[in-house]
Parts: sequence; C-alpha cells; structure tokens
Amino acid sequence: MKIKPTFWKAVFAVIMAAGLYSTYVRYFRGLGAVSNMTDQFPWGFWIGFDCLCGVMLAAGGFCIVGAVYLFNVESLHSVVRPAVLTAFLGYLLFIVGLLFDLGRPWFIWHQLIYMNFHSVMFEVGMCVMTYTTVLFFEFLPSVFERFNLKAPIRWIKKIYPLLIVLGILLSTLHQSSLGSLYLIMPSKLHPFWYSPALPFFFFGSAVAVGLAMTIFESTQSAKAFGRQLETPVLIRLGGALLVALWVNALLRFEDYFHRGMLGQIIKPSYEAYFLWLELALAFVIPITLLSFKKVRLSPKGLYLASVISLLGFITNRLNVSLIGFETYVGHHYIPKWTEFSVTLMICAMGFFLFSMAVKYLPIFPTRQEQEVEAGGIETVPALNEAALIHAGD
Amino acid sequence: MSKALLYDATMCIGCKQCEAACAQQNNLPYNDTIAAETEQSAHKYTVVKTLDDKFMRRLCMHCEKPTCASVCPVGAFHKTKEGPVLYDVWKCIGCRYCMVACPFNQPKYEWGSLNPRVRKCIMCPDRVVAGKQTACAEICPTGATKFGDRDDLIREAQERISRNPSTYVPRIYGLKEVGGTSILLISNQNPEQYGYPATAKIGEEPLPEYTGRVMDKVPDFIPIWSLVLGGIYWISHRREEVAAAEAQERTEEKKNGSAR
Repeated sequence: MKIKPTFWKAVFAVIMAAGLYSTYVRYFRGLGAVSNMTDQFPWGFWIGFDCLCGVMLAAGGFCIVGAVYLFNVESLHSVVRPAVLTAFLGYLLFIVGLLFDLGRPWFIWHQLIYMNFHSVMFEVGMCVMTYTTVLFFEFLPSVFERFNLKAPIRWIKKIYPLLIVLGILLSTLHQSSLGSLYLIMPSKLHPFWYSPALPFFFFGSAVAVGLAMTIFESTQSAKAFGRQLETPVLIRLGGALLVALWVNALLRFEDYFHRGMLGQIIKPSYEAYFLWLELALAFVIPITLLSFKKVRLSPKGLYLASVISLLGFITNRLNVSLIGFETYVGHHYIPKWTEFSVTLMICAMGFFLFSMAVKYLPIFPTRQEQEVEAGGIETVPALNEAALIHAGD
Repeated sequence: MSKALLYDATMCIGCKQCEAACAQQNNLPYNDTIAAETEQSAHKYTVVKTLDDKFMRRLCMHCEKPTCASVCPVGAFHKTKEGPVLYDVWKCIGCRYCMVACPFNQPKYEWGSLNPRVRKCIMCPDRVVAGKQTACAEICPTGATKFGDRDDLIREAQERISRNPSTYVPRIYGLKEVGGTSILLISNQNPEQYGYPATAKIGEEPLPEYTGRVMDKVPDFIPIWSLVLGGIYWISHRREEVAAAEAQERTEEKKNGSAR
C-alpha cells in the first residue's frame, strides 16, 4: 500500500513535466509545432478527445441528477455528488483543453459579444459556459457543508429546481449539438459516421456514457479511498446502462438500415475495422456481458462492462472526428506526442482534483451515513441532520 | 449587382501571373519557390494547377451562401453584397470550424504563428467596391480570368460553351454547386481532376441548411423542453408531498382511533 502511491506520484510527476513542456511548445512555438494538425486536418486529437470525449464523459452529471430529481430514483442519491463533481471538473478541463486548441484563446470571450446564432459552435459554446456555471452551483453545497455554512445551502436549495431543469436542458442541447457540428460536412465525413441522426446519436450515447461513467468512478473511488461499494446502486445503474446501450444500438442499426449501409459496413475496409471495433466495444461486448444476470449482479462484472462500453464510445467520438476524415483527406493523421502529453496532463489534473475534492469535501457519504441509509429510521439526531442536508441537494 | 470571376481553363496559358499579382495585392511573399508550390496555403491564396498541358486555377469560391460564415461562432466571415466573402480577423477565436466545414477547403491557417489568422482569397474587396476588377483578372494576359457581374458572366460562359461545344465540358462549375458561387469555372476537363469536390458529393443545396434545419428548432425546443422537464419535476415532487401528507393523515387517524 505504501509503494503504490509513490509509484503513481512518480507517474503523475512525469505526466505533468511532459505536459508543461508541451504547454511551452504550444504557446511559444505555435499550434504547428505542438501538433500534427495541418490545413488538411485542422481538427486533431484535442478536438476529438479533449472536447468530444471530455464532454461526453462528463454526461454523468445530468443523467444522475435527472434520474434522482426528475424521476425520484432515490436509490441513486448517494452518487449524485460524485457525478456532479465529475461533470463540473470535466467541463472545467474541457475549457482548459479548449484554451490549448483555440488558435487565439485570448479572444475566447468574443463568443459573448460577436454572436452568430446560425453557428452550432456558438450554441455549444454558450451551453457549455452556462452549464459549467450551473454545475458550479450544484457542486457548491458540498463546499458549504464542509465549512458548516447552513444559510448558503438554504439559498441554493431554493434555486435547485431551476438549476436541475436548466442543467438538463443545456445538456440536451449541447450534447446533441456536438453531433450537429458535423452535419454540415456531408461530403467530408465518411458515410459510416455521417448521418442526419448524428445529434440523436451523440445525445443517446452521452446518456449511456453518463451511466457507465458513474459505475466506473464509483468503483474506482471505492477502491482508491477504501470505501464500501454500494452494490445495489451499481446494479441499478447497470440495468439502466443495459437499456441505454440497447436503445443506442437499435438507433444505430435503424440508421444503417434506413440508409442502406448494412451491406457496406460488413465489408472489410479501413473504416470498417474501426467501425467494428467501435460497435464491438460500445454495444456487442457490454450488451452480451450485461445480459447475464450473474454479471449484472456482480460489481466486478458491471465495472468491466462499463469500462468496455466507455472505450467503445470514445472510439466512436474519435472515429467521427478523426478516422472518418482520413479517406476524404487522403492521408492519415497521427497525433504528435506533445498532443497526447497535453491531453494526459489535463486528465491527470482531473484525477488529482477529483481525489482532492473527495478527500476534503463531503462527496461520498461517510460510513456512518451509509449505515444510516441502510439502517432506516433509527438514527442519532446529529446524523439525522447530516442526512437531511444530503437529501436536499 | 453581385460580382464574380469567370475562369476559362481553355484560355489559360499557365503563366501564373495571377498568383504573383494576388501575392502583391495581399502583401504576401512571392518568389520561385512559392511559385513552384502546387497547393494553396496561408501565403498562397490562389494556385494555377497543371495537369499535362492543361491548367486549372484554385481559389476561394465566394459561395452565395458561404458555409464558413454560417459555422463561425463569432461571425468572423460575411458575404458582401458585391460578392466577396470577407474575414474579420479581430473577431476570430481560432476554432478552425471554417476550415473543417468549407466544402472547397479554402480557409488556410498560419500554423507557425503565435496569433494565427485564417487566410484565404478575399476577392480584392477594396478594388471591387471601387469598381475595379480583382488583381488576378486585371493582370491575366489572355482573359482566362474575367471579372464582371455574375449574371453577365453566366450568360457569357453559356455562350462560349454553346459556340464551341466540342471544346468544353458542357457545365459551369459554380453555377449551382452548394447553392452557387461567385467563382465560375468552364473547362475542357472536369474540375474534379484538379481537386475540386464533385458536384454529386457537395450537392446543390447550400450547406448552411444542413445545420440550419437543426438550429431552427432550438428556439422552440428550449421553452418546450423546459416546460416538460419542469413539469416532470413538479409532478414527481408533488407526488412526494401528497404521500407525506397522506402518511401524516394516517398516523393522526390512528392516534384518534386509539384515543377513542
């Protein structure tokens, strides 16, 4: 147990050092020096992973908040805070990623004054900005609670319905709009991924990813922070994930069927290999796994299925943003190591901030609270109060 | 009246004077090395491509419904009534969506710059507004690149094709592609051979309509979806309140019953 943290600390240090070097190259040598992006490939790994995948992986926030507060799925209450925290950090880091990718990041605020209402990018930008603010307010109660500030928690509770509705509305808009970004490129994006239904795919997969990500991070933090795993919660999420995966898979099938692509997608080709990889990871393997009751009821099985589906949807975003353009452009795009290292640094920052927040803020319910929730009504008054505060967020 | 350029590849002799004039007009470097470059870039807005002994110019098409203007989040591109599609560098945030979205791949980037700009042919707007022709049209020794009103040039192109049907491929590239462009091409070869996108691929519908169809729904979607979400919230919490009230009633009834 003693060696493990030092090893990870060393890894973290190496990632940060490499990332800082790449940051220097980015801001003092320019985008051309730091990346393999060209006039033919103006959007690279940073758009594909940091932006598309980043926003997708942060979808847990609105999924869980929606389930708990809109549909009263009380049993998921204990994962609201970790999901909101992941989403908040995810969006913050997405913005950090954007500061690397934008050619003139110092003018990012132009978005607020030179508005182009026809632009999907404008919509995404505004939604992300507003939603990050919403997430900030949704996250605040755990900070107030840490410092025992009761009045501000009451204020936030008052606007909570507004925050919830606004958060889900904004998420619906920009998760789907990230897909709409590509609607304007019918001649460029490979037909395996170009579809008029792109916004629906992006939204649908965001919901599935939100659930998978919550399973992933609950398991991961339980392991890392020595907490008890809440198996009933995971089982509940796993069931929802299976349904979400089926809905996504059927949507995709229906789209290929409707566009008469079924014959083409089974024929081997460069794109087909990536599509098969995507479909296998996102749908075939996790759906098969989750179809077994034994897997669906075991935390390990749920974790495995979630991670595989997450990899599948990450493949999907990279296929849409990178692989799908290679045939059109006529050559491959392979990111430079500095591009990877910036992304790695941003991810490492995410893990670091997450663990710091979990360490110092009441993100996960404490042992006692867990017992209270499990034990029911018989509670000590002091604990009851803590549970009440939790119930309000 | 919207202005346009008609490029007739059959009249082009590949002298590249348009390239040089363009560079001079836009304060860009031009020398033998740059002249030898066969692809456009941030320092080369137009290029004369060669295939055997035939030529084809490439430059920004100045679409009637420009994709770049539609996708730019800060509206850094706009189509002027005279025809040119202009770029306002002071608005640009460098997202490069214009480059990804342009069906003709015209916007190029200053990848080496620390404050990079998008670069493309802007159809000499100062000259056009002043009633003069573009630098490339003015210098062209054979009249292969001709400047004029778009409608007049379309008529002239049609006449040239019908007068010499054996010389030309019977099509005006740019007449209807993505809703029409201010650059019109006629040739004895298909422009696709020189890297132009096939008409069948880019279609005749302006590309902004592809995203417009979705964006048009947003103003309606926001209030409707907010109402639905708010409604669900209200119902599910109302149910809770009712359940709580009923539970209280029941306990009170029990108390009353036992008291009796």
